[in-house]
Amino acid sequence: MGFFSQARLITSRDLVRERRSGEVLWVTLPFGAIALLLVPMAIGTDAPLLEQVGTGLFWAIVMLFGVLISIRQTTGETQAQRDQLALTGIDAAAIYVGRATASFVLLVIFEVVLGLVTIVLYDVPVSGWWLVPILITIVAAGLSLLGTLAASIVSTGRNAAALVPLLVAPLSIPLLIGATQALEVLDLGGSSLAWVLMMIVSTLVLAVAGVLSARPLQEI
Amino acid sequence: MGPTTQRGIRTLPPVISDEPLIHLASVSVRAGATHILRDLDLDVRAGEALGVHGANGAGKTTLLRLAATLIRPSSGSGTVLGASLNSESRYDVRHRIGYVGHVPGLYPELTLRENLEFTADAHSIDHTAVASALDMVGLGAASDRQADRCSHGMQRRAEFARVLMTTPAVLLLDEPHSALDADAVDLVDAIVERTTASGGAAVLVSHDRERVSRVADRFVEISAGGVA
Repeated sequence: MGFFSQARLITSRDLVRERRSGEVLWVTLPFGAIALLLVPMAIGTDAPLLEQVGTGLFWAIVMLFGVLISIRQTTGETQAQRDQLALTGIDAAAIYVGRATASFVLLVIFEVVLGLVTIVLYDVPVSGWWLVPILITIVAAGLSLLGTLAASIVSTGRNAAALVPLLVAPLSIPLLIGATQALEVLDLGGSSLAWVLMMIVSTLVLAVAGVLSARPLQEI
Repeated sequence: MGPTTQRGIRTLPPVISDEPLIHLASVSVRAGATHILRDLDLDVRAGEALGVHGANGAGKTTLLRLAATLIRPSSGSGTVLGASLNSESRYDVRHRIGYVGHVPGLYPELTLRENLEFTADAHSIDHTAVASALDMVGLGAASDRQADRCSHGMQRRAEFARVLMTTPAVLLLDEPHSALDADAVDLVDAIVERTTASGGAAVLVSHDRERVSRVADRFVEISAGGVA
């Protein structure tokens, strides 16, 4: 069985598990939407202000809840499940890629739904509409790779899940800043290319780090 | 098709070899400053079923996980199916090792059939083998039930169905008879006999020496991390 077939097998397993548990669709997604709803309640119906903060708030919530989505399967896995998975002979790097791919799919759905909620609640002008799908794709890829890597690092330690934010927060900053700045620069008539490139490079670094560290991390 | 043991379980042609399938030489495993296994020497040869017993915390489960290549020795050396426990080659033999721990490792959201199909796909085994393996362990009618809706005993049976399907050369069982009814206990014995008759090796960790003695060729006692 080739590397990509193995990765596809893991992706398929994770998506079936998610479909049955409904954790992202019925728990994380509504909480994300509620978080977006709470801010206008807190700062009042100041339309220009809401319009101004809407985009940044969207990306911040995507980062916070996105990490929860991308770590959920790995950190929830038992030692017995990890042992059985290792004994299937599936390459640890394929497991990493497969898990990240499943998280990517879920994150794209999460971002699209939350994006629509943001447009409705904050009346955000979609001036750079052509850029939004690109940013959503890169952020979903970066966050899924980052969350899967962080979860692999902490999954075998006792109470180590609490360390995930410490690992993820600094590493997700390039994605958060890149996504907000790319749209803002576009609004001001500039080029977003530098910001998009920074996000792509960050994502590629995470992909390489995850693949290279997959095997050693499997044995911690 | 090879000879059959009880329950019609198929055996594989015997592999004749003088090399032990599991060879541990002065192996120690440490967790921090604590020695879990200390200077342990052990050989398990083809066709042999070894019973392992010892007090709680003696290091029995760690021994099994070591033999399953899931952990590396802190010191010492060893081979499993010819692959060194200290080299990358151990990854290449993992699919030939069957390990049933005392806690089932099924995915709770997947059905029993889906759990086994996942393993079958990873081993490039046809899905028809899944149905027959579940039938053999008496779970044919429950194959579409989610694992988290099955009893502990049913989940353990499903784990043994996985072993039946993958026909491992090295079989490692941790408290194999716990949570099983009489039929399932016989089934475990048949799986062990099939493995050894096929030229494989089995290691059974258990507190129930009498029960394991039905299939084990010899026993070792683990005490304070070493063979007593």
